[in-house]
Amino acid sequence: MAKKIALRSIQGNTAGYYLLMAVLGALIALGLGAAYYMEHNGHHVTGMTNQIVWGMPHVFAVFLIVAASGALNVASISSVFNKSLYKPLAPLSGLLAVALLVGGLTVLVLDLGRPDRLIVAMTYYNFKSIFAWNIFLYTGFLGIVAVYLWMMLEKRFNQHSSQVGFVAFVWRLILTTGTGSIFGFLVARQYYDAAIMAPLFILMSFAFGLAIFNIVLAVAFKGTQRPLGDVLVERLRKLLGIFVAAVLFFVAIFHLTNLYATEHHGVEHFILDGDNVYTGLFWVGFMLFGSIIPLVLCLTPSFSKSLGAVLTASVLVIAGGLSQMYIIIIGGQAYPLEIFPGKEVSSSFFDGVVNSYAPSFPEIALGVGGTAFALFIVAFAVKVLHFLPQSLANSEIDPHFSATEAEGENATNAASA
Amino acid sequence: MSDQTSKVNEYRRKFFGKAAATAAMVGIAPGVFLHTIARAKPADEAVSSEVRWGLLINANKCADGCNDCVSACNDENGLTGFGRPETDAQWIRKVTLKDKRTNHVTNLPLMCQHCAHPPCVDVCPTGASFKRADGIVLVDKHICIGCRYCMMACPYKARSFVHETLTDQVPDVPRGKGTVESCTLCVHRVDRGDTPACVEACNTAENGAMVFGNLNDPNSDISKRLASEASTEIRGDLGLDLGVRYQNI
Repeated sequence: MAKKIALRSIQGNTAGYYLLMAVLGALIALGLGAAYYMEHNGHHVTGMTNQIVWGMPHVFAVFLIVAASGALNVASISSVFNKSLYKPLAPLSGLLAVALLVGGLTVLVLDLGRPDRLIVAMTYYNFKSIFAWNIFLYTGFLGIVAVYLWMMLEKRFNQHSSQVGFVAFVWRLILTTGTGSIFGFLVARQYYDAAIMAPLFILMSFAFGLAIFNIVLAVAFKGTQRPLGDVLVERLRKLLGIFVAAVLFFVAIFHLTNLYATEHHGVEHFILDGDNVYTGLFWVGFMLFGSIIPLVLCLTPSFSKSLGAVLTASVLVIAGGLSQMYIIIIGGQAYPLEIFPGKEVSSSFFDGVVNSYAPSFPEIALGVGGTAFALFIVAFAVKVLHFLPQSLANSEIDPHFSATEAEGENATNAASA
Repeated sequence: MSDQTSKVNEYRRKFFGKAAATAAMVGIAPGVFLHTIARAKPADEAVSSEVRWGLLINANKCADGCNDCVSACNDENGLTGFGRPETDAQWIRKVTLKDKRTNHVTNLPLMCQHCAHPPCVDVCPTGASFKRADGIVLVDKHICIGCRYCMMACPYKARSFVHETLTDQVPDVPRGKGTVESCTLCVHRVDRGDTPACVEACNTAENGAMVFGNLNDPNSDISKRLASEASTEIRGDLGLDLGVRYQNI
């Protein structure tokens, strides 16, 4: 049995910490300024049009929301699948999940045509809309994970944490199903309207969420000089590799199914073999950088126990994930609606043409601001509450840890210090 | 009471009765008569599902280069653009179709198809997108949060998002920055007993490509035409039961 690892808040009084908070604060301010600018002038100042109605803010928002449910992976593995190795990381995992969801929802709300009507969205419901269901799924997720964190952090309630963790696990699967179904339920668009969107989004959440978790964990531990043993690093490396492979499988099935049906050849040609940014993002952004290189880094023995490899893979998975979101959200709208199959269509309203979109600065600033807000919440919370394990050295977490390895580890720690 | 007095009273009663009947005929009958002709409803009467408003559009009669329906719609609803075609609202547009194999060219006006099962209403989180009992699909501008999910869902690209601040709006047609809007089938005119502005303009131009009427009334012009002539729905495969039907496309 592994030892009970103490969770301790970080001191957060170094120049590095204040610099981090200042940079994140500046990015949040920039995002808020961008939102004000867009709302004041109207959305015509953005790259969005009546053809591309969801732009860069949605790419960030959906990515963050999907990643949020995935960030809970580590906690789920510890409490649902009872892997003690991950137990000390569960609170950070829950915190990151809440923070990413809040960041994503902030972007989503501030991009609404009428963000001032948030209260309307909370009081008027059309229960046939998956969007309306998502409002409950998101707020419910925040509530359940908050209770989960409470159970984990309050010693008296520790015994209940696995039950609440199970509820959170089921809820996060439903939540990502709901997010994927936003696109899956769109009957009219060629690139959407597919049931596989829901499981694809679940798998994407696993990979994107774990990638962000890995980076946050490494930055927090290196920044506070806490030991991070290679036993855990190796587990996270392989886990990320498996998730990336699973995403690839679902993406392959999605495209193969489309390629089989003649009616989808147009949109598949557009995404996979078009003279546009989406084809480049798919093959270079998502496939090469977002999938193949991370697979090599995560699953080949040559990068065994390498924190550098895990972090590089994580950064690439995030970049590939944003590419994939851009392809799904923007690419799916850029391809013309098939209103008159078999006809060449033209009109003053851009019928029958590939719709152009160039993300504007305010849109990117809003998306980055929301991401910064999520990270700010994490950085602030680990300072005021005991979220982070004091040590994740091999000797602390590995039940099979032997004395000979301990000597080696001490030597490694000494060398890195 | 004497016999004479009783006769006077009887005479008076008959006089008032006839006077009242005449007044009733003069005052109410024209209303009833006009109401029957135009099927207008009093302002305080709820719309009923006994009526389903619809359009029949004959693409062969839709003249190449004629834009009268679009201009009429813009004037009627105060859709003044900002010279930015990608973000300016368009409730109705002229679409040109060319058959890929035969090169046959067809013109037609395209607007909200007023589906019986509208995807925009299904996806709207707040219920701002709604269908009136008489089949007209509308947006409640007071509870639209501007999420634009309905624009993602509409198979006909019929909706526009108000991208900038509006001035000089038409009192009958309230619009709002940050909300979504589309063809209302000129609901304000229909409720008065008039036809939509596009239909009127098409008739004025003597094209007669558009017929408006009650699809539920078997004796209406539109129902008779639909019963005797072939017509089709755009993307009928989606099974949305459209209020707008086309001929010769």
